[in-house]
Amino acid sequence: MSEQLAHLPEYLSAHVRLTLAALATGILLAVPAGVVVSRLHALETPVLALASVIQTVPALALLAMMVPLLSGLGLPGIGTLPAFLALVLYSLLPIVRNTVTGLHGVDPPVLEAARGLGMTRNERLLHVELPLALPVIVAGVRTATVWTVGMATLSTPIGAPSLGNYIFGGLQTRNTAAIVTGCVAAALLALGLDGVVRAVAASLADRRRGLLAAAGAGLLALAGWAWAAAPRAEGASDRPPILIGAKTFTEQYVLAEILAGTVQARTGRPTRTLASLGSTVAFDALRRGEIDVYVDYTGTLWATVMGRKGPGGSRRDVEADVRRWLIDQAGVTLAASLGFENAYCFAVRRDTAARLGLRTLDDLARHARDLSLASDYEFFGREEWRAVAAAYGLAFRARRTMDPSLLYQAIAAGQVDAITAYSSDGRIEALGLVTLEDERRAIPPYDAVVLAGRRLVREAPNVLAALRDLDGAIDVATMRALNRLVDEEGRTPAAAAGIFLRGRPHRAAPSGARPGG
Amino acid sequence: MIQVTGLTRRYGDALAVAEVTFHVEAGQVLALVGGSGAGKTTTLKMINRLVEPDAGHVVVEGRDAASLEPHALRRSIGYVFQGIGLFPHMTVAENVALPLRLAGWGRGRIDARVAELLVLVGLDPSLAGRFPAALSGGEQQRVGVARALAPSPRVMLLDEPFGALDPLTRDRLQRSFDGLRRTLGLTAVFVTHDMAEALVLADRIGVMRGGRLVQVGTPAELARSPADEGVAGLLDTPRRLAHLVASRLEGRS
Repeated sequence: MSEQLAHLPEYLSAHVRLTLAALATGILLAVPAGVVVSRLHALETPVLALASVIQTVPALALLAMMVPLLSGLGLPGIGTLPAFLALVLYSLLPIVRNTVTGLHGVDPPVLEAARGLGMTRNERLLHVELPLALPVIVAGVRTATVWTVGMATLSTPIGAPSLGNYIFGGLQTRNTAAIVTGCVAAALLALGLDGVVRAVAASLADRRRGLLAAAGAGLLALAGWAWAAAPRAEGASDRPPILIGAKTFTEQYVLAEILAGTVQARTGRPTRTLASLGSTVAFDALRRGEIDVYVDYTGTLWATVMGRKGPGGSRRDVEADVRRWLIDQAGVTLAASLGFENAYCFAVRRDTAARLGLRTLDDLARHARDLSLASDYEFFGREEWRAVAAAYGLAFRARRTMDPSLLYQAIAAGQVDAITAYSSDGRIEALGLVTLEDERRAIPPYDAVVLAGRRLVREAPNVLAALRDLDGAIDVATMRALNRLVDEEGRTPAAAAGIFLRGRPHRAAPSGARPGG
Repeated sequence: MIQVTGLTRRYGDALAVAEVTFHVEAGQVLALVGGSGAGKTTTLKMINRLVEPDAGHVVVEGRDAASLEPHALRRSIGYVFQGIGLFPHMTVAENVALPLRLAGWGRGRIDARVAELLVLVGLDPSLAGRFPAALSGGEQQRVGVARALAPSPRVMLLDEPFGALDPLTRDRLQRSFDGLRRTLGLTAVFVTHDMAEALVLADRIGVMRGGRLVQVGTPAELARSPADEGVAGLLDTPRRLAHLVASRLEGRS
């Protein structure tokens, strides 16, 4: 637990910065928009309809949409900007709608009295309409506040740190303490901010200056702390941190820690990790220079990024193809091949394999009609699935999609008959699953490779050299063991990486770097 | 002081007010009397342009109403509303002070004027900090009158000012208003459907029906030569009622 709490200032302050900035912007846009809409009747239907449409887009999808949208405009597609914009958009509807409703709800005799006293349009708005609509507007702001705090946790996969780092990381590494920490912190923050908004509203309505001052001071203190805790541009500009990316599963978290530890130990350069990026988000971020380095898999790059079809040949052939394509087409350097594969493979329980006599995918294809298959979010949409389904004529009774961390639980509990497992996953052994041979080589090889972006290659040759030294450093048994430490034994990715790094001789470390070496 | 000439207003095809012409001398009170839909309130609202006339002219204190900014015109005329129209989010003192704030008065002058106005309309100064919802109907209407009087207008418009009050309160407020308008020398137009109220408070009475002004004159003129049976009947109502009340009280029939 204390391990979790150590990250709290970083994640919570980032969450607070994102939430407050988005809410403040949302209020500043939405209240005037509501005023304009309430006066120009023709605008009301289209504006409210547009805001409602934005609202019907699932929060995660809205965030994901920001990535290509901003990249297309030449703006940073990952990180805080897309998260901020999505949150602002999401906060608009409740505030605009309630502003319009509140203004329409002002009693007509009161409005006529205001006109009869000779108040101008602006005086009526300022002295009569807005004060009387305030309770309804505040209700909208409170809704937006709670939504925004909650939705900000979803900005982790697009590279904006938040309390979602606890939740996404915890879900992938089966770390309940992390999930609970993230949820409790987000809930408390939502309650706290809601309380502040309510206090501001109550103090305005009841003329309680003391309460207003207290609420304002609380808000300022929170904002002051959050912005003071923001990461500095880490000292001198000649040594900006190396930005390391990680996708959303255990192995990626462990590998990101290994990359970070290696770079720090070998070059003394600071590093910063952007964890839980979506799969193609990570590659795009590298290509655009928003991260410097991350680990991907040759088969994924080959099929998803390069769009190749059909059998790709041996591990060596595919890797050579990928290496050439990356440097020519994307300016990305394949710095090292770690030495293990994390392939998609089909796995069944031992008893299922024995009962049906399953050893290969051909065996599976014969029984598939009676079996159900579960896979992660991506697989059924990937080229590999089409290739393997066509090669073996795979047609299952049912196909289900779920979070990768839950696949193993589902098959162990007998809720599905087969899953697509990851060949380096420690849980294949732990649960005694049988992986089925792909004799027709329909699924390409998936060697884990360290990819380095242009800027790193150009400006930090020593970092590149350190990364190159990871070539062949991790065999599949080691990777499975490290994954298992996290998934089954409840260690953190950092702890697992630490065990690996301590056991690894620093081949080219400067002398004296390690006391007692 | 107020000259209304040929005022006309349509709502769609319906003629709400047709060719209404009258004038009110300085310091005089005119009552517009008639049934529902007779056009009294629309006529009143066209004087300060809460409703814009389709045709006709209004001249107030020698100025053509159409030549002024509507809000400037309204600030120079006190207005008391049918529904009282106090601002529920402002205290009594803030409601009364609002026209003065709009006129750009300083804080000290406003406070002194508000205290003076509350006394003038017969309100306990301890009510100054209350919100309208905490007041009785009569107290609310006194606040409405104080607010209308705040910038010392010479002209006032009143739209059924005492209509929603209980009889005792109405009687007190009527007398209070009668005193005030004589002390302050106000010129006023007020709308009522109650002929007795018109007879008690007004110097002259205009009878409206179907959007037209059927007759204007002093109570005595109307009684002497009513324009038609309707006017005669309207004038007769309070008298018949008074007779009936008197005979009941004396135990006859």
